[in-house]
Order: sequence, then C-alpha cells, then structure tokens
Amino acid sequence: MNGFEPRVVAFLCNWCSYSAADAAGSARKPHPPNVTVIRLMCSGRMDPQLVLQAFAAGADGVLVLGCHPGDCHYREGNYKARRRHALLGRLLRQLGIPPNRLVLDWVGATESDKFVEVTTRMVEDLRALGPLRGNGPGAQGVA
Amino acid sequence: MGKPKVAFYWCSSCGGCEEAVIDLAEDVLKVVEAVDIVFWPAALDFKYEHVRALGDGELAVTFLNGAVRTAEQEELARLLRRKSALLVAYGACAYMGGIPALANLTSRAAILETAYRKGPTVVNPRGTVPLETCTDDGRTLRLPRFDETVRSLDQVVPVDYVVPGCAPPPDLTLQAVLAVVQGTLPPRGSVLAPDKALCGTCPRKDSKPDDLRLDAIRRIHEVIVEPDRCFLAAGVLCLGPGTRAGCGERCIRGHMPCTGCFGPTSGVLDHGAKLLSAVAAMFGSNDPAEIDALAAAVPDPAGTFYRYGLSRSLLRGRI
Amino acid sequence: MAQRVIQIDPITRLEGHGKISIFLDAAGDVERAVFQVPELRGFEQFCVGRPAEEMPQITSRICGVCPTAHHIAATKALDDLYGVEPPPAAKAIRELVYSTFVLEDHFLHFFFLGGPDFVVGPQAPAAERNILGVIGKVGLEITGRLIGLRRRCRTVIERVAGKPIHPVCGLPGGVAKALTEDDRAAIAAVADEAVAFAQFALGVFDDLVLGNKTYADLIASDAFRHETYSMGLVDARGRVNFYDGEVRVVDPAGNRFCQFAARDYARHIAEHVEPWTYVKFSYLREKGWHGFVDGPDSGVYRVAPLARLNVADGMATPLAQAACEKMYQRLGGKPAHHTLAFHWARLIEALYAAERMQELARAPELTSPKVRELPTRTPVEGVGIVEAPRGTLIHHYRTDPNGVLTEVNLIVATQNNAAAICMSVEKAARSLIRRGEVSEGLLNMVEMAFRGYDPCLACATHSFPGTVQPLIDILDADGRLLRTLGRE
Ligand code: SF4
Ligand code: SF4
Ligand code: SF4
Ligand code: FES
Repeated sequence: MNGFEPRVVAFLCNWCSYSAADAAGSARKPHPPNVTVIRLMCSGRMDPQLVLQAFAAGADGVLVLGCHPGDCHYREGNYKARRRHALLGRLLRQLGIPPNRLVLDWVGATESDKFVEVTTRMVEDLRALGPLRGNGPGAQGVA
Repeated sequence: MGKPKVAFYWCSSCGGCEEAVIDLAEDVLKVVEAVDIVFWPAALDFKYEHVRALGDGELAVTFLNGAVRTAEQEELARLLRRKSALLVAYGACAYMGGIPALANLTSRAAILETAYRKGPTVVNPRGTVPLETCTDDGRTLRLPRFDETVRSLDQVVPVDYVVPGCAPPPDLTLQAVLAVVQGTLPPRGSVLAPDKALCGTCPRKDSKPDDLRLDAIRRIHEVIVEPDRCFLAAGVLCLGPGTRAGCGERCIRGHMPCTGCFGPTSGVLDHGAKLLSAVAAMFGSNDPAEIDALAAAVPDPAGTFYRYGLSRSLLRGRI
Repeated sequence: MAQRVIQIDPITRLEGHGKISIFLDAAGDVERAVFQVPELRGFEQFCVGRPAEEMPQITSRICGVCPTAHHIAATKALDDLYGVEPPPAAKAIRELVYSTFVLEDHFLHFFFLGGPDFVVGPQAPAAERNILGVIGKVGLEITGRLIGLRRRCRTVIERVAGKPIHPVCGLPGGVAKALTEDDRAAIAAVADEAVAFAQFALGVFDDLVLGNKTYADLIASDAFRHETYSMGLVDARGRVNFYDGEVRVVDPAGNRFCQFAARDYARHIAEHVEPWTYVKFSYLREKGWHGFVDGPDSGVYRVAPLARLNVADGMATPLAQAACEKMYQRLGGKPAHHTLAFHWARLIEALYAAERMQELARAPELTSPKVRELPTRTPVEGVGIVEAPRGTLIHHYRTDPNGVLTEVNLIVATQNNAAAICMSVEKAARSLIRRGEVSEGLLNMVEMAFRGYDPCLACATHSFPGTVQPLIDILDADGRLLRTLGRE
C-alpha cells in the first residue's frame, strides 16, 4: 500500500476523549495527522447516520471515543454507544466494511497517551487494510 | 382548456404499483373525470412514440414506479421527466430502491453465477450465461446492458413528490391525483403522506411502554404475539417507531409487524441507520457480552433495516 | 448469407423489455424464433443471507401481479423447512386467500389483458382492444359488476392477509391472523357473488367466442397447437388443486408420465440456459433438452390452466367439473393442445376457485382461533409448490441452523412455459411468413400465440412484469432496421 494515507473520522466525547486529544495536542505528543476530529457532547450522541455519512464521504475508518463505563456525564450515553456499535458493526460487515474500520473505545480525560495510542493503531491498521473504496463489490467475497 | 394530462408508468417494477392503480376500482372513474390518463401500460395501449410526440412539460404529472437498473429505464425516466411538469416517485422502488435493491448487497456477477450455473436444477455443462451480445450460428442477438446497482428515481432525475408504500394504498393515490388537479399540493419535495411515525396511529400503541427495553429479540415465527400487544414490547422487531404513517397500518392489522415500506419521516438522512439506532438504543443491557448477543439476534441487519431502501441509504449498498 | 431477422419487442407495453427475434433462412422462411427476456433481478442470489421467515414477503416482490402465489409457495417451503404442519384453520385460511387471489387474477387476465383479443376481436383496432373496448362490448353494468367483485375480492384478501398487493399472512406452521364469524359472513357473500359471476363469464365466452365461427376456428387451428407434455398439481383424488398436492405430468397422449411430491422436484425438472435470454427453460429431466420442439421425445412441457386440466382426472367442484367436461367434448377429447383454449380453461378455473371459496367459507374450522403451530425443528431444507395462475411455482430453500438462507432456487410459472412460448411464436410465424413476405397479420397471430399463456415476464426472470405487447422490427442481416410493424 505504498503512499496510501488512510482518512479517519473520530467522534470524540466532549468530556473525556476530546480533553485527552486536546491535552495530547498541547503536550505536542505526536499523533497521526490523518484524523479528523468531530466533537460530540457524549458518545451516546454518536448517530449511526453520521458514521455512514463519514464512510460515504470517503473515510477509511471511523473512531468513536467516549468516557469509560460508569463515567459518562449523561450516565447511560456510552452504554448506548456500545449497543449501537454492536449492531452497526454487524450491518457494516454486510455492507462490505469490516469491523476494524469502525472502532469504539474509551479514553478518559487524563489519558492523552491512550488517545495517541488508539489513533495511531487505528491508522496503522487502516494502512494495512488499504482504502475502503476501490476494493469493489465481491472483492471481499460474498457475504 | 382540456383536462390535465396524467401518466402512470413503470421502470424496474414488480407490477404491484400498477395493480395499486387498478385497485382504485370505482374511484378510477373519479380520476378519469378529473384528468386525462394519456399513458397507463397496465391497462391501456399507448406507445412510447406518444410520449415522444408530447411537448416538454405537457404532462401535468407522471407517476413513475419501479427503480432504475438498465440504460433503457434511465432513458425513459429522463424522457418522462422532460415531458412532465411534475414527476412523482410512486411506490417504494421509485422512492428508495425497494426490495429489488437488496441486490445491491451482492454483485451482478454473483447474480449471474447463482442463477445460471449453480442452481440445483440447472443443467449447464458449458457454463453458458446470458451475454449482452452473442453470436448464435451466425445470428447476432443482443440483450440490453444493465447496471451494477439498483438506483432510486431521484438518483437519476429530479423528483418533485413521493407517494410511498409497497405498494401505495389507493386512498393516498387518489389524494395525490386530486391534489394535482385541485392545486393543493404541499411544497415540492414532499412525501404525500402524514409526517409522523406509524406508532402514533398504530392500533396496538397503548401497549407500547414509553421506556421500552428489549431483553430478548425474537423472530416472528418463534412467538405468538397477542392480537393487541405491541410487537416491540413482545420483543419482535417492528419498524413502526421510525416509519412514516399513512398506510392504514396494514401489516399490523394483518397481525404482522411493520417492515418499513413507507420509508422515514422527513428530515431523516438514512432510514436504515435511524431504525438501527432506535432499536439498538432499546437493548436492555450494559454488558458487552449480552449486548453482542442481542445484536446477534438480528440475523440480517441490512435486510431488516434497509428492506425497502438500500438504494437510498448513504452507502447505497455493499462497497 | 443474406439472413433476415425479424425482431419483435414485446416489452410489457414498454419498449425494450423483452423481445422476440425470428430468424429467416435464405429462402425467407422461418428458421427459428427466440423469446428474449432482457433483465433479471437476481432474487436467488440476494435472498441468500436473509432470514427464511421473511421469504413470503420478500419473494412476493418478484411479481405484484401474482404476489400471493409467491407468498404462499414461500410459506409452504417454510412449513417444510421447519417440518411443521399448520393447523386445519390455517390451511383453510391459506387456501381461501389463495382461491380468492386466483379468481381475481384470472378475471384480470380475461377482461383486461388476454380477453380483449377475443371479446373485442382479434381484428379490432388496437385502441379498442383493451378493457375500455370490453366495456363497450359487454356494457357498463357488467363492467361495474366486474370491478365491484374484483374490489370485494381484494378486500377479502386484505381482511385475511393484511394487504392485497404483497400479503403478510404466511408464517411457517400457519398464518398470522385468525378469522371471526364476521369475517366468515363477509367472505361467504363475496364467494356467492364470485360463483355467479364466473358462470356469467363462461357464458360470455360461449356467446362471444365459441358462438363466433372465426374465433372457434382459430382456437381449433393447427397454427395454435402444440403436442407437449402437461404439468400441474393434483389433490389426493387426482383433481385440480392450486394450493397443495403432488405434481403430475402427462405425456402428449394423456398418459401419466410421472407424479411426484414437492421434495422430489429437482429429480424431474431441469433448466436449460441460452446465452441470448435471461429466462431459463424448464424441461423434463428424464426426457432431456432437445431444443424447441414438441412431441413425446422432447422434454418440453406446458403448465397453466389448460395443462392443469389436462393432467387432472377432473375438477373438485360440480359446476367447474361440468364446464370442464363440456370443454373437452368441444375440443375433441383430453388432453387438448390448443394454445388458445388456455383462455377457456382459465375461466373454468375461475369458476372452480369461486366454488372452492364458497366451500371454504362454510368450513367449520375456518374460524378456529388456533392458526399457528410453532416450529421447533432445526431448519435445513424446504420445498414449497403451488399452482400460480400462470403455472407450477416452486420455491426451494436451504438454510443454516439459524434459519438464515444459504441457497435459494425458484422455478416460476412462466419459465415452465418459456420454451413452449418460443415454439408457439415460431409456429404462428411459420404459418404466416413465406418467402420473406411478412404480413401485418403476423402481429395479431403472434401476439395471440403467447397471450394464451398469460406470460408474466416479472416472474419469468424475477424481473419484468406484464403481458407481452409486440412491436416488430424487421432488420436485414447487418442488423439495419428495414421497417417496423406496429399495432396500429
Ligand atoms: S414499490 Fe412494491 S409494489 Fe411497487 S413496484 Fe416496487 S416492489 Fe412492486
Ligand atoms: S412498535 Fe409496531 S406494534 Fe408497537 S406501537 Fe409501534 S407500530 Fe405498533
Ligand atoms: S405497516 Fe409498515 S410495512 Fe406494512 S404497509 Fe404499513 S408502512 Fe408498510
Ligand atoms: S459524556 Fe462522555 S461518553 Fe457520555
């Protein structure tokens, strides 16, 4: 995959992972530039429609980061994200998008290192996977 | 001044939408009184040339049903668009791709392979498949090209209005025709049906709890749901919460859950994703393993949430 | 070689969707005719991955003209898949819905689609050869009765099965909704009306068609005859049944060739593929594929009304039985091979369907609340067969243990008749085209040759619906258009 730079859309919860991303930025911790960050008030606001829109707009992967279980400022938001992620992941697989292109993880406000690690790993995984578009129908076998 | 000219026509259609017009029964007379039906393949014998001979915009309205799959259908859609002041996407296929758009989950090549080489009754030692052009004993025979994907009408030409449903019910059809005649159409782009969710008009709505939790998901053949009980409350997926009302709750009255043929209410970007989101949010667990089990109890999310609308989904099908 | 090709674009009243090409030899005589259907939608492929219990509703979208046939065939395949026997009330309800559907579909064909050729006349101007022409001929009052009856039939289906177009009643082991005594009364009234109208329709056929020597001769003429095998479902007593039974095949002389249960269909039926059409040609496996020829050595068979009557020992209801005897007497015995007699047989079947509705509306079990048996077995494989208005319809599914489809095979009514349709067209063409002279009359003849089958292209390829509406292009050997014969 020479020269392929994956594009990642990351939906970050305002209260935790966004702060972590912010902190990583101020501390100049190196993290991949391929990540476009979209701030949500809570991972529970992650709307599957937005995820599809990101893929439709050319994202090679979508990352959703929220507060650790039990820490959500709206109590249940991150659990909702987990439920939607579980079902959405299965749908995406049918649409030819494998599970590692939609990643859900928990990153607390103080975990700027984890933020860097998660984003870096995602970009590396996607680089190995190659671009989402262009594989073509049937290229990944018929479901 | 003559009566407004109206056409009913079809692209890649099952013919059910044509039957839906025939199902106006005696009300056809009301339509015939108010308009001049110049084109209606299911019942009358007008030809393609008749359409070509019309002036641009001469048809007051065309109700076009069926999705678009072939080059010819695309051409026809463009022609009728040009000849019609208003173009109405009639039925789920024209509106969203319909059930045939489930083909977007697979490929044209796989379709050919399955139909002509793999079937248990096929005897085809030479692996023949239909070809766009073939020479048979020096005779040239052609079949039209068809596209890799099924498209909704508005992915081919601009559409002014939508009559939803698979097939649309007669009352909405009649109302739509009369609205054109009487000039009482809502703003362009509208879906000519109520803009609220089916649950609001459902005869079973009283048994649907406000904070519905799905502790298990059951398939329709595995349970008997009492005649007045909300399907979702009984753990059977019903798409009423995210599907537009106006069908007369036909499936529900037939004691089966809604499968979403009317499409979404307005403002929804992606019907399937919206429905999926609503259902998943109701999963009655926070435990990852239990959540996965609930998700796995929906064996076919794409076919369930996009039963009628894969063309219109943001991804349009398998990518 | 200066070979000429005549192309007929039949197209479901929409140019470009389905066509017939007739090849002339050097002398200008007909060498071969092919019936091309230009699209497939791929239900067999895209149903894979869907939960089996959704099939009655998914496959009904193969065709909106006969959605109930696919719905019920799929439902029966699910019974078999889950090894579950529906309770008596469920069977009665299914057969009731099915009979109601066959009745109104047969009337739709006779009065709107195929019948106008006869009722208004084969030579009538195209603009009159439609339902409006029929109205002109039989009068507004009768038409009002027809439209009203059809609407009431649709209401019965809606009452029982949710929706007339794409019903929702079918589940493995039963139906979704039980019926009440109110339902019974409403249905019984429609059934009585249906029987009266079906008798009346046969009377119309008697007067306008059989009473007219030209038409009667046309029906009997050799141009519209093919001696093929016939196939259809029969009940335990060998009588015509649309909903259930075994498939029986008789040879061109009327002798029993084979009889088999749904599960064994693939041992008896095979499909042949040609590169120039999307429709597959069904034939009898044991006889083999020998091309587009009739006779006892060819595997070509026919289905649909006349074929069903040919295979059966009789009709299960008295009025239909009497009408059936009359038909065979008039046609010179059984089996009959007159393509145009399919129209006649269709009306006899409509009468049978109406009488069957009447019987079922009276059946005590109809209103039992027990309409479902829950499946318990792990699914593997299931086959369901019904007689669709246009012939034998087979749904065959395989699933994983979770009931998700892994393989789907569909053999649909029109596909069984596809080879015969080609042959009928060829024969009609032969009788008219000599030494390259193409008569305008070809059009009507050819058209009527396949109208009898009420071919449904939607079903044939799981693609386009409708009856066939020809437009004939005459091309030279280089494919240049010489002229077009229209219907006007
Ligand atoms: S919307 Fe439904 S009824 Fe209409 S053409 Fe499509 S499948 Fe048939
Ligand atoms: S979920 Fe279905 S059954 Fe329940 S109220 Fe809504 S539409 Fe009715
Ligand atoms: S209940 Fe749902 S699926 Fe059934 S007709 Fe109404 S909108 Fe369509
Ligand atoms: S507030 Fe962070 S996930 Fe809800």
